[in-house]
Amino acid sequence: MTATSPVVVTDATGRRPYCPADLAVVLNPANYADGTVPDLAGPLVAGEIVLDEVVPARAPWSAVVRAGQVLTIVDVGGNQSADCLLYSAEDTGERYSVPDTISRSGNAYVRTGTVLRSNYTNALATVVANEIDRQDTIGGACGKESNTLRYGHHTMAEHGCRENFLAEAAKYGMGARDIVSNLNWFMNVPIEADGTLGIVDGISGPGKRVAFRAEMDILVLVSNCPQMNNPCNDFNPTPLRMIITAAQERSHA
Amino acid sequence: MATVSARHETDTVGAARADARAQAGRVTEAMPYLPASSTPFPPPGVEAGLLVWAETVAAGGYTHKVLARGSRIRLEDMTGEACAHVLLYNALEPWERLNVADTVKIPWQAYLGTGHPLLSGEGRVLATIVADDSGRNDALCGTSTAAANRARYGDSAPQGPSPSGRELFILAAAKHGLTPRDLPPSISFFKGVRVRADGGLEFTGSAGPGRAVELVAELPLIVLIANVAHPIDPRPGYVSGLLRVHAWRSAPTGPGDRYWDAALEAHRAYLNTTGYADARGL
Repeated sequence: MTATSPVVVTDATGRRPYCPADLAVVLNPANYADGTVPDLAGPLVAGEIVLDEVVPARAPWSAVVRAGQVLTIVDVGGNQSADCLLYSAEDTGERYSVPDTISRSGNAYVRTGTVLRSNYTNALATVVANEIDRQDTIGGACGKESNTLRYGHHTMAEHGCRENFLAEAAKYGMGARDIVSNLNWFMNVPIEADGTLGIVDGISGPGKRVAFRAEMDILVLVSNCPQMNNPCNDFNPTPLRMIITAAQERSHA
Repeated sequence: MATVSARHETDTVGAARADARAQAGRVTEAMPYLPASSTPFPPPGVEAGLLVWAETVAAGGYTHKVLARGSRIRLEDMTGEACAHVLLYNALEPWERLNVADTVKIPWQAYLGTGHPLLSGEGRVLATIVADDSGRNDALCGTSTAAANRARYGDSAPQGPSPSGRELFILAAAKHGLTPRDLPPSISFFKGVRVRADGGLEFTGSAGPGRAVELVAELPLIVLIANVAHPIDPRPGYVSGLLRVHAWRSAPTGPGDRYWDAALEAHRAYLNTTGYADARGL
């Protein structure tokens, strides 16, 4: 690349999100596959911004989202899986449950309107806006050990989402038994008629977003997926932007 | 009107002891059989002396057992109305447990059937499905919860008429020192679910009475089983039926066995599993 081309570190409104690393480096297209043009987009819903952070490629992230607040996740580089777990902030024994979510919704995919339920069937969050056809909650998380099954023992040294989850969960006193089946924002896992399923090319793109509203105070753990052996990241791990917006007055008409 | 107490003489310790002891030898439709070799319902072709577990689980009941690596487990749906919700843990390190996402993703198959490895999150096989003439199994919907059963049937308690799977799992887990945090998504046998093209779930019900599923324990296992109505069974009433469980000493999957190298992913999972077992001296 030409050394002089500036890296854009603000969104269209001129807003510059916080990033734990140098944002100019994190957003520099030269660090990603050819043709990557990061798009920071912005919140998918109206409301005062209470938190705005960029998660570097391959890193974990967490935050508490208060009841009524909305978390927008921006797929900054396109087709970047954001593996995600939710817990009741008050009692992390209550956590996201794939089977409760899909048994209640009657559908294996997650879309706008899907209520993300806990292992007690309570509503943890509701998807309020979504810019891709469907989101995955069947495919689970990658990990060092499971990579050896999927791709071979030569991948054992690679980083995985399970490692990100364990590292981030440890900050809250949680461990391996607290890591359960998860959501994968921006990952595409079709289930065919005979039950065949798998991760295929993504249906997202730079700047695409999903937003969900917390129905109780929730702890959100995210692994910005580091996988390099399947198309869940387009073989090109890129950053995510996480924006929490304040609760809006709900209509009671 | 005669009460139950009227049939018992229990006014002294001696009388109470005699009354309790007089119950010996009674038989009910749901009970364990001990020693296991004494089962009135021996699985076909299994030498009685090899049996380590023989039990009939009540409709709406639960059971649990610690089993050695190489045990073979047979679950039989006596009436066509059982639904065996199952959780598996490595008995030596129980934070290693069934991981449903890996179990469907790694073999590239959402529907459980013969040959399917039941995987932990540690890249190992906890158990292999080695026989299944039901084909009506489910890895998507998990089990029922208190909230769901109260809404559906008006009650969810273990002592009530429509126990939820999660509440029974809490009890079964507690008997092995495990807590509600240790209950990940579970799988179930004898009630089927299929996914339509739009992602919609379709309940395919039972394959009928007398169907059986057999698993081989690839590690020392804590096995928890809740026999409760499937969470998306659309019938208005709570329907459950007797579940028969047997286990016997057999061998884990190894070189030369049918499933050892039938699929690349599972083969590497068996390599990881036997590597773990060898290192631990199992």
